[in-house]
This record gives sequence, structure tokens and C-alpha cells, in this order.
Amino acid sequence: MTIKAGTTLAAGPADPSPPAVRLPRRRGVEFSLVVVAVLLSVYGYCAVGLAKNGTVPPGAADYGAGLGVLALLAHLAVRLRAPYADPLLLPIAVLLNGLGLVLIHRLDLETPADRAAPAQLNWSALGIGLFIVVMVLLRDHRVLQRYAYVSVVGALVLLALPILFPPVNGARIWVRIAGFSLQPGEFAKVLLAVFFAGYLAANRNALAYAGRRIWRFKRLQLPTGRVLGPIVTIWLLSVGVLVLERDLGTSLLFFGLFVILLYVATGRTGWIAVGMLLAGVGAVAVGRLEPHVHVRVEDWLHPFASIEAGHGPNQLAQSLFAFAAGGLLGTGLGLGDSILIGFAAKSDFILATAGEELGLVGLSAIFLLYALLVERGYRTGLALRDPFGRLLAIGLASIIALQVFVIAGGVTGLIPLTGMAMPFLAQGGSSVVTNWIIVALLMRLSDSARRPYDDARETGA
Amino acid sequence: MTTYIRRAAALCALLLVALLVNATRVQVFQSGAYDDHPANRRPEIARWSQPRGNILVGGRPVTGSRDTGEQLRYERTYRDGPLYAPVTGFASQVYGTTLLEHAENPLLDGSDPLLSFLPLWNDITRDQNPGGEVVTTIDAAAQRAAYRGLGARRGAVVALEPASGRVLALVSRPSYDPGLLSGNGPSVARAWARLNGAAGKPMLNRAVRQTYPPGSTFKVVTAAAALDAGVVEDVDAPTRSPDPYTLPGTTTSLSNEVDGCENASLRYAFEWSCNTVFAKLGVDVGLGTMRDTARAFGFNDPGVRIPFSVAPSSFDTRMDRAQLALSSIGQFDTRATPLQMAMVTAAVANGGVVRAPYLVERTTTADGRTVATAGSPALRQAMTPTTARRLRELMLGVVTDGTGGNARFRGAAVGGKTGTAQHGIGNSGTPYAWFVGWAQSHDAREPEVAVAVVVEDADAVRGEISGGGDAAPVARDVMRAVLKRAG
Repeated sequence: MTIKAGTTLAAGPADPSPPAVRLPRRRGVEFSLVVVAVLLSVYGYCAVGLAKNGTVPPGAADYGAGLGVLALLAHLAVRLRAPYADPLLLPIAVLLNGLGLVLIHRLDLETPADRAAPAQLNWSALGIGLFIVVMVLLRDHRVLQRYAYVSVVGALVLLALPILFPPVNGARIWVRIAGFSLQPGEFAKVLLAVFFAGYLAANRNALAYAGRRIWRFKRLQLPTGRVLGPIVTIWLLSVGVLVLERDLGTSLLFFGLFVILLYVATGRTGWIAVGMLLAGVGAVAVGRLEPHVHVRVEDWLHPFASIEAGHGPNQLAQSLFAFAAGGLLGTGLGLGDSILIGFAAKSDFILATAGEELGLVGLSAIFLLYALLVERGYRTGLALRDPFGRLLAIGLASIIALQVFVIAGGVTGLIPLTGMAMPFLAQGGSSVVTNWIIVALLMRLSDSARRPYDDARETGA
Repeated sequence: MTTYIRRAAALCALLLVALLVNATRVQVFQSGAYDDHPANRRPEIARWSQPRGNILVGGRPVTGSRDTGEQLRYERTYRDGPLYAPVTGFASQVYGTTLLEHAENPLLDGSDPLLSFLPLWNDITRDQNPGGEVVTTIDAAAQRAAYRGLGARRGAVVALEPASGRVLALVSRPSYDPGLLSGNGPSVARAWARLNGAAGKPMLNRAVRQTYPPGSTFKVVTAAAALDAGVVEDVDAPTRSPDPYTLPGTTTSLSNEVDGCENASLRYAFEWSCNTVFAKLGVDVGLGTMRDTARAFGFNDPGVRIPFSVAPSSFDTRMDRAQLALSSIGQFDTRATPLQMAMVTAAVANGGVVRAPYLVERTTTADGRTVATAGSPALRQAMTPTTARRLRELMLGVVTDGTGGNARFRGAAVGGKTGTAQHGIGNSGTPYAWFVGWAQSHDAREPEVAVAVVVEDADAVRGEISGGGDAAPVARDVMRAVLKRAG
């Protein structure tokens, strides 16, 4: 089985025709929005200082300048290397990243001994640096399809790496090198998305139309093992490794990513349903048998059980208290008590601080920013012409969507809580770097989607 | 493929809607339940997030706040804590609030909506008002005189302004420093355990929360009832009472500590505290009238607040005549707080009118805008003005000729009544020494202060305890302090 770049066995029936008119580049819009995003972040930073100490914090200018320069560099890279890219992606990423820094800085004020915002700013700088590197080095996303199998090997190695290191807080997802803590699983997400997209783009017709029907009158049809085998193996391997490492959030994310891409590639609702059913059975089994998971499910069903048992409110209860305290309009930045959550207040539970201090209004705004980010990814997927690009765009956008849902749903009591980083917002170097790479790839894809066919000739003239 | 992408996008939209709906549930519809959950520490953190308003005595705050920099940020401090503890109570981060700190808590911690500039203003701005201030009626000099006067002895002092009902002094001994209970550390728990276990019960506010048998001081009430009911028409006429007096329906006989009580006049009996005369007078007046008079003075009223609650003083409403005889001399089940006896004295000094006592002159916002002032307090006529005038005469006699000579001081007319109350099984306990009195400077039109003092001292030898000897000098110092300020 080989994967050839740009292989299309047959165009899907609903594929759009190439755009007839040249789309505007809209780099000016992007620039304005980036400036707004930076100003909003600085405003938030000042609001925290005013609320806590009654003065504009002395670091406000440095903070604004740092974020502004980083955002400007990213914008320049886009101007030079991806002039047709979607103008909304970069401003949203800058705003979420800036807001995350504000929230982490705000929580740092409650824990003077443990400051996380400076490190997070450094990681953000590294992330934006990698964003620029991707912009500069990756001229055409289709190149990535060649590295589908390299990607999957890399992903599996990254996923397996933490098994060699001691567990932290019950999960083996950390690698500690020279004082740095890395979560390789974060990077593996991108690599797996590349692999899924590449493999499915090459084999989607074989998957969709070859194979045995098992019930005549039902539309359920199994693809040949030869085609389905490798991808299911990879998927099972990655999920299995994560279960070993007790990183449930990421396994859930990989499962969702796999199902969405399989569906988009083949349109086979039937075995998506079967897959979901099997996964559901598996989830129930794991929930019953695996104590770590069982505890999470119990906490979700009875968030106040620990209070009734006399142990005081647990993290989820504290998180719910924080969201409730925010109400509709929030307490205002710097005026909430979300630090009561204690451990992981700056990472997994960062959204509780947003919920308490910015209220339902602010929380909804953040959700809508993510929604907009995902929507731009999907729009890029619709506009692209090559299946690999389409699947990659959908895959990357879906990673963001699923991740936001899993962690936001977890901290608000919608679904059982699984540890995961809120994209861009939460403390976590690996996460913020990965998210910038995801945005860089989406920018590259959207540039391809919006670039007119004759652009090369035009710019050459 | 486009269709499938659109469907996948629809799934993402569905997830977004689920998140938004759930966030609305938590933040809007169920937020009240989460906010009120007892395990949620936010109300506590908010309560201590700003300095508490102060309690003022004589224009100076007797309280303060200290920034601890901890989660519960501001801690209560007290200036002269033990002196004012029966007024302020404590405001503890662990053990709650008591007395004024409790009664005025919403004002002091800033949660009282009356502190807002406009109604609902704070609901819009989500701001917290700074704590308001409580201006008390306490006279610092009188308070200090009472505190010093009791010294190491157990007891209580209450001084009132008869015309208004203002509480000028409220002292209970032994006392404690409420500042020891302010914080939330282990030292606070230790102080709490120590204070609760102490033999002298320093946290008991004896002035308003402890009732004592009033003993002979209750004869003021009995005399008022007798004069009002016309049982005695001339205070100098013989009362036709035997000595000893056999309690009606029993063979128990009642005697006196002093001579000359047989067939004594009301004046003599009052000045020298004849038990036989007043026991018989109570029986002659009858249960109904005695009960009504006692109630008019404030006995059997469970709702007295100054603004914190006061233990109700009691005069039994169903008794036989022997019990009535004993009750009329402040024994049997008759019990009174020092505040109650001060009210009785104040009524005599105020022409028979009982004013509801109050401790808070005015409450203000942090920047001085008045929130509330003490309204015109409830009035009650406990006796006719004529009876009050005659009683004042009798009380003057106690100090000039009778048992209360120790209460006398220069520059004022002082009236009073001593009391030595038996208690315990078979009256085995150390008796309580009482003195109630009022004072009027020579140039004043009416008495400026009424005071009640009780001294209970388990360490003193029985017989050495007496109203005139132990309690009257304390009352004198307090009254002199009040008059010095007034003059």
C-alpha cells in the first residue's frame, strides 16, 4: 500500500468547484484584530493589578510590549509566507494566549511562591517561534502527506516515552529533561492528525466501497481488513498506551478524532455507530474496572460526596462553586476566589477562574472564540481541494473542538472530569507550543484554500 | 465529502451548545444553591475581606482591624478589650459574633443594604460597602469607674440615663479580651477552650445575661405597688405588721436583720430593709397587682433588646401567699438581671416612666452619613408620678439615714436601696450584694443617672457581703463619674 501525494481516486460528489474570483487577502484586517487582541490582553492585565493593588501594574508595558512584538512577528511571517491565510485565526490565537497569560498572572498573585506566568510567556514565545518556523519552512501542506508513516512512528514513540518516567499525580504523561517538564502526548496529537489525514486520504475509497456486507438489508458493510487493519491498529495502540498512562482525556480525544476523520473520509455512518457503541461498552467497562476512572465517574455523579464524607469540597465542587460565584457578569478580574480550587487551578481548572471573574458572559465569549477558531478550520476544510488537506484541516480543527469540550465539560460538571489543558488558556508549555503549531498548520492550509490558481503567475509578473 | 464535513461541523456546534447550556445551568439557574452551600467559603472570605466598621465610645473607636494577609484577611482588634467586652462582644473568624458585634453585624461587615448610596446599587456594581460604624451611648468615664470599682470581684454594673434609657455603663467581671478570639489560628482555639473552662465564666455577660435573686432591691417594686394600689397611703404611718412574720398558710416565720421593724412605717421599713413589712405588704397588695407592677417595670418580658437580647427577668405569676410574701422581698423565684434593676431605679428617677434601654445612639456609614438613630424608645408608666416622687423620697432616706450611706457623695442628691440576696439550697450560697440608686446634681432638674450594682463573690466570708458595704461604693463612683461629665 502506498500513499502518493495528492492522490485522488475520485472526487466526492459534493466537492466545490474552484473559486472563480480572487479572494481579498485581508492582511490589514488581521493586523487590526491582532492589535485589538493585544490591547484587550493588556487591559485585562491592568484590570487585575487595579483590582488587587489599586494601581496599574508596573509590568503592564513590558507585558504588552512582549506580547505585541511576538504577535507582530507572527503577523509579518504570515504577510510574507501565507498572504491569503484566514485573517481570523491569528488574532483569536493571540487573544486566547494573552487572556491565558492574564488569568495565570492573576492566579500567581494568590500563590507568590509559585509563579507560572513568566514561564508561560516564554513557552508562548517558543510557540510563536515555531509558528513562524512552520510558516517559513512549510511552503505546501501536501508535503506532509509523504511523512504520514514517519509521523505515526514519531507519535507512538512520543506517547510511549513517559512510561519510562515516574508518574505525576497518578498519570504517566510527563517527561522530565534538564528541569523541563514536557507532555509528549500533546505533540503526538498533531502527528496523529497528519497520519490519519494522510492514510484516510489515500485509502478512503477502498475503505468506503470495498469489503463485505454483513447484513444484506442493512447498509452495514465492513471494509477489508487489509485496509482497515493498519489504522485501527495504530489507533488501538495509541489509545492503549494512554490507558496505560492513565491519560484518559487524550485517549478520548484520539478516539473522537479518529471517528470524525473516518466519517468525513468515508461517510459510513453505520460503522461509526458500531464504533461508538463499542467505545461506549469499553468506556463503561473501564469505568467499572479501572479505579482511577471509577473515581472520576463517581465524582462527576456526586460532586459533593467528599463534603458529606467530611473531607471538604474536592476540586470539582470548588470549580462548580467558582462558576456559580461568577453568575452572569462575573466578579471582575482579580476579585474572585477561584484559588480555592487549589492544585491545578492554573492548568486544568483555568476555566473556573474565567467563569468566576468574567461571568457567563465572559465564558460564553471564550467559548465563541474557540468556536470561531474551529469554524475557520472547518471552512478551510470545505474550501480546500485536496482530500489530505481537507482531512488535515478538519482533524486539526476537531482536536481543538474536542479538547475544549472534554475539559470545559469536565470542569463544569457536564461530563466526567479528565485532566487536559484548555487550548492556549491553561498553564502548560507543551500544550501552548502544540496549539501554536496547530494554528500555523491551519494558516498554511487556509492560505492554500484561498490562494487563487493563477497567483504564482500573477506574482511572477 | 462536503456533506460529511458539514455534518461533523454540526456535531461541533452541538458540543458548543451543550457547553453553553450547561454553563448557564451552573452560573445562572443553580448558582444560588452553589453560593449558599455550607462548604463554599466565599461568603466567609468576603465577610473578612475588608476592615470591619468600628464601635465607638465617646467618639473614639474601641475596636479596630488588622490586615493579616491571609485568606480571611482582616482580623478584629480591640482597644481596652476586657473593659468593653460586655458591650462589644467578640467578632471571631471561627466562633462567630456576639453582643453588639452580632446585633450590628450586617452594618459592621458592610452587607447591610442601608449602607448603599442607592437601593440595589451594589447589585449592579457588585461592590461591597465599607463597614459602617456604631456609636454607642456608653460613657467611657462611668464604664471605667464601674470596671475599676468591681475590681477582682465577680459582679456587674449597669448605669442608665433615666430620662432616655441610654445605657451609660455596662460592665461584667471577670472579663476577657475579645481580641484573643478574633483570628483563626490554634491560639484562638486554645483561648476559646480556656475561657469556656474558666471557673469565673469570663465570657458570661452578667449585666444582661445573668439573672440574680434581687433581694431587698426588689422592695422598690413592692413599695411602688403598695403605694399605687393605696395599700399604704402615708409612708410615715405604722403598717401594722408583726415581727417575726409567719408566712401565710405555713408555720415558717420570717425575721429581720435589724430591730424596730414591728409595726414600722413604710419609710423606716424601706430605709432599714424590713423583710417582715414588705412580705406582708406584698401579700396585702395581692398577686394580681404585684404581677402587673412587676411586668410594667419589665419583668417577664422575653423580648428586651438593647439591641442584643437580654435574659428575661422573672416574677412568678402563679404562687400561693407564702411564695408571694417571699417573692415580694426578692426571694423565692424572683430573678432579675442587673439591667432590669437599673430599669426599676430609672423608672423611679424618671417620674414612674420606664424607658426601653438602648446601647446604640447612632449608626453611620464609613464616611459618616447617618444610617439610623435611636428612635424614641417605648414608654411604659410603671407607677404614678406621685408614687415615684414618694419613692424617691424613700430612696433618699436610705442613703442619708439608712443602709445606703456609702453611696453618698458631695454635690448630688443620691437615692438608693441596698440588697443582700440569699441563694442556694437552704440559702447556703454566698449572698449577692446589691445596690440600686440614682443621683441628681443639685443644679439639675431631674436625676441624671440610675445604676444597679451586683457583687457576687464566692471568696468572701458570708456576712461580710452586704449591699451597703460592697455594692454601694461602686455605684457611688459610677454615679459621680456620670455627674462629673454632665456638670
